[in-house]
Amino acid sequence: MLAAIGRSSIDELFEQIPASVRLDRPLAIPDGVSEMELVADLRALAARNRHADDLVCFAGGGAYDHYVPSVVWSLAGRSEFYTSYTPYQPELSQGVLQVLFEYQSMICELTELEVSNASLYDGATALVEAVHMTLGRGRARVLVASGVDPRAVEALHTAGRGAGYEVESFEDTPQVTDDVSAVVVQHPNVYGVLEPAREHFTAARHGGATAIQIFDPLSLGVLAPPGALGADIAVGEGQVLGNHLTYGGPYLGIIAARMADVRKLPGRIVGETVDVEGRPGYVLTLQAREQHIRRDKANSNICTNQTLMAIAAAVYMSWLGPEGLVELGNQCMSKTAYAERALTELPGVTPLFPGEACFKEIALRLPRPAAVVIDAMVERGFLAGVAQPQAGDDVLVVAVTERRSRSEIDGFVSALGEVLSA
Amino acid sequence: MTQGAPIRTRGPAASSGTIAEHSSAGRRASSFAPLDVPVASVPPEHRRPSAPKLPQVAEIDLVRHYTRLSQQNYGVDTGPYPLGSCTMKYNPKVAETVAALPGFQRAHPLQPDATVQGTLEMLWRLERALCEITGMARATLQPPAGACGEMTGLLIMRAFHADAGRERTKVLIPDAAHGTNPASVRLAGFEAVNVPSDDRGLVDVDALRELLDDEVAGLMLTNPNTLGLFEERIEEITASLHAVNALVYYDGANLNAIMGKTRPGDMGFDIVHINTHKTFATPHGGGGPGAGPVGVASHLVDYLPSPIVARDADTFRWDRDRPKSIGRLHGFNGNIGVLVRAYAYVFGHGGDGLTEVSEMAALNANYLAVMLAPAFPFAYPDSRPMHEFVATAGPLKKATGVRAMDVAKRLIDLGYHPSTVYFPLVVDEALMIEPTETESKQTLDAMGAAFVQAAEDAHTDPGILHDAPVTTPVRRLDEARAARQLRLRWGVGVPTDR
Repeated sequence: MLAAIGRSSIDELFEQIPASVRLDRPLAIPDGVSEMELVADLRALAARNRHADDLVCFAGGGAYDHYVPSVVWSLAGRSEFYTSYTPYQPELSQGVLQVLFEYQSMICELTELEVSNASLYDGATALVEAVHMTLGRGRARVLVASGVDPRAVEALHTAGRGAGYEVESFEDTPQVTDDVSAVVVQHPNVYGVLEPAREHFTAARHGGATAIQIFDPLSLGVLAPPGALGADIAVGEGQVLGNHLTYGGPYLGIIAARMADVRKLPGRIVGETVDVEGRPGYVLTLQAREQHIRRDKANSNICTNQTLMAIAAAVYMSWLGPEGLVELGNQCMSKTAYAERALTELPGVTPLFPGEACFKEIALRLPRPAAVVIDAMVERGFLAGVAQPQAGDDVLVVAVTERRSRSEIDGFVSALGEVLSA
Repeated sequence: MTQGAPIRTRGPAASSGTIAEHSSAGRRASSFAPLDVPVASVPPEHRRPSAPKLPQVAEIDLVRHYTRLSQQNYGVDTGPYPLGSCTMKYNPKVAETVAALPGFQRAHPLQPDATVQGTLEMLWRLERALCEITGMARATLQPPAGACGEMTGLLIMRAFHADAGRERTKVLIPDAAHGTNPASVRLAGFEAVNVPSDDRGLVDVDALRELLDDEVAGLMLTNPNTLGLFEERIEEITASLHAVNALVYYDGANLNAIMGKTRPGDMGFDIVHINTHKTFATPHGGGGPGAGPVGVASHLVDYLPSPIVARDADTFRWDRDRPKSIGRLHGFNGNIGVLVRAYAYVFGHGGDGLTEVSEMAALNANYLAVMLAPAFPFAYPDSRPMHEFVATAGPLKKATGVRAMDVAKRLIDLGYHPSTVYFPLVVDEALMIEPTETESKQTLDAMGAAFVQAAEDAHTDPGILHDAPVTTPVRRLDEARAARQLRLRWGVGVPTDR
């Protein structure tokens, strides 16, 4: 091969690198290993982790232990999908394109909004992208309900420092003045509580601001959807739709909006069209919105997204079906209510929001710091929940998904009782 | 493999409709354990009156439907994929095996640090390796993709200047840069200013110097650059930026060309992002997920996103006490599942193997460039390509009327995924070709022959190229109609006849 290109050595291919910047030593990384050695190394690392198969998982806070049926990754894991890239050549990519079209359709069905896209990175970054759709018109303040996940708020603060907007928290009713671009409500909120989202969105509309809801896709079999509540944009964390916990990612940023805003929507969008013979087919469309065309005028810089997670979500939603989604929602709500009753009977444990209906999480005030309790519960075989220190060091938020059985909940309650009385 | 590998072509029903069209009322694939606690009712004001119209299918229906769709998709496992700038190399299967270990796949992101020592040590070792490859001091593994890495780097630039009391408003970008660069610059609150290329396809250093003033926050640069050419005057470039207290950002899109040969840190770069799905072969996933770690030189470590992994003797923890940090850019800790795969690639190959990766990538690209040159001349004949090259179909178009897009579509009929076309924008009828190091000489010979045949066909029978592709489940699609008569979900818009 070297002869064919008129070179005598590999080094000649790197001659254009000035000698002064060449690395004159081997990389200080151990030499390569066989596959069996590599697997042994990673097995040893993985073995030092506890996880939701060896601890009973009551942790939530944006990532949940829902059941992932075998069919999801059996299909999403087909390498024709996962070894392809962004479908720039639609004739070779009808598979990914059609799955994304179906995914977009199902997200619209869930949310009762009119348009979605081919995925964003995760729930927190989806919120950032949604807020970026609302800027301009002299509006540069974003009002965020106090029940919004603090990690998402942090991501919003980070992005706001660049794009030049202020992020402010509100407690009861948002004061929507004419410099407010968006009102953000998480429903169910980070404490699991159902929010009066309709009222907040009405206030947003009267003030000329965009109403953004952070939603849980798996709540939408039983809870009124964002579109019906008056949200203009809905964003959510799609991990729950057939994606593994994987210590935080890769997850799935879901976004849905009204058709009037389609040209502000970030990321790839798949549309249906016809080929030269009139047969239906799918393409990436409205690309004039995107960074590779609009460059510094683009609303978003997203290029690589989370398509594979959207494929998993499409398979998972098809597996669920409407009845499955309703059953799953009812199971989460019922088991959460059952756990709440039992947990708040423990001495010193009180609900943070007494009397409020919850979806799949409950916030508890404990007689001990939550972090200490979480550590002690690991010893007893449980991931007890997540701390939410912004509400107090003694606040523990417990998530109860459809996977948790009555006996697991009962065992959890008695273990927590032991820890608190020790 | 020596032959092209077309995806499943016309046979029975190219399209059998969407999954919704396979629905039958009352059918479902899902099942749950019976509810073993009292039913809780949804407060009426929150209740959804009717369930959303998701598909109603049995498991076998959805398996056949999505299996059929997968067969209408071309991936690296299907055949060669010389999509320039995207680095579509083979994705080793062992990475899938280790990423599926329950210790990685089933860990919750908010578990106590003491219960995820394996993951934290994996991240620590990967960070150290990435810093060694790039010549940086520390890195964040939080950004989930390259574009988010760019935003991270630009916000670090902003924080660095703000800390020094400097108001900097502009970021310089070469005219051939990827679109994410200018988009990120604006979203980070800067103005993007173009730097022209010279006639060799390299940064015009004199023009760059004229743009430098005390409003410039930094320069974003890919090296080798977007044309696949090494910026030979890189030291002058980075020194000139540093002379005005500006920073230099390395876009890691082409890091796969230089591993073990040179390092961004040694060239004078201050900030580096890495695309793990390019350089470290984590699967592209049909468009993602990727991961976009960002490394920085020692003077910028304090600004890295929070948290970062800290090591105390033999234990690891997340360090959240970082007052100068730009903050968080992801809901949790980044695309951990992708980073496990990157770890497998880095430590499977080792330092010696990674160096060989870059060597073979350059050899393959140069070999293919020479083979194609008679048909598709190199866009910058006075420069030498590294891991990829930009050729032009300009002369072919002049002679035959056949465009780069027609060549691409003909390649599909010949069994190959086409190269990138019409990028970079600065090259007429651009064909951006990146064979990657994982293709054999036999595959390169066959793929090169397909490019050459497409050029010959353009002279002898241009209709074949204008009509192509004819072997795929659908032929050329009406993109104008897609944008004009929007149909972005089922059930609404203008339906197409089936």
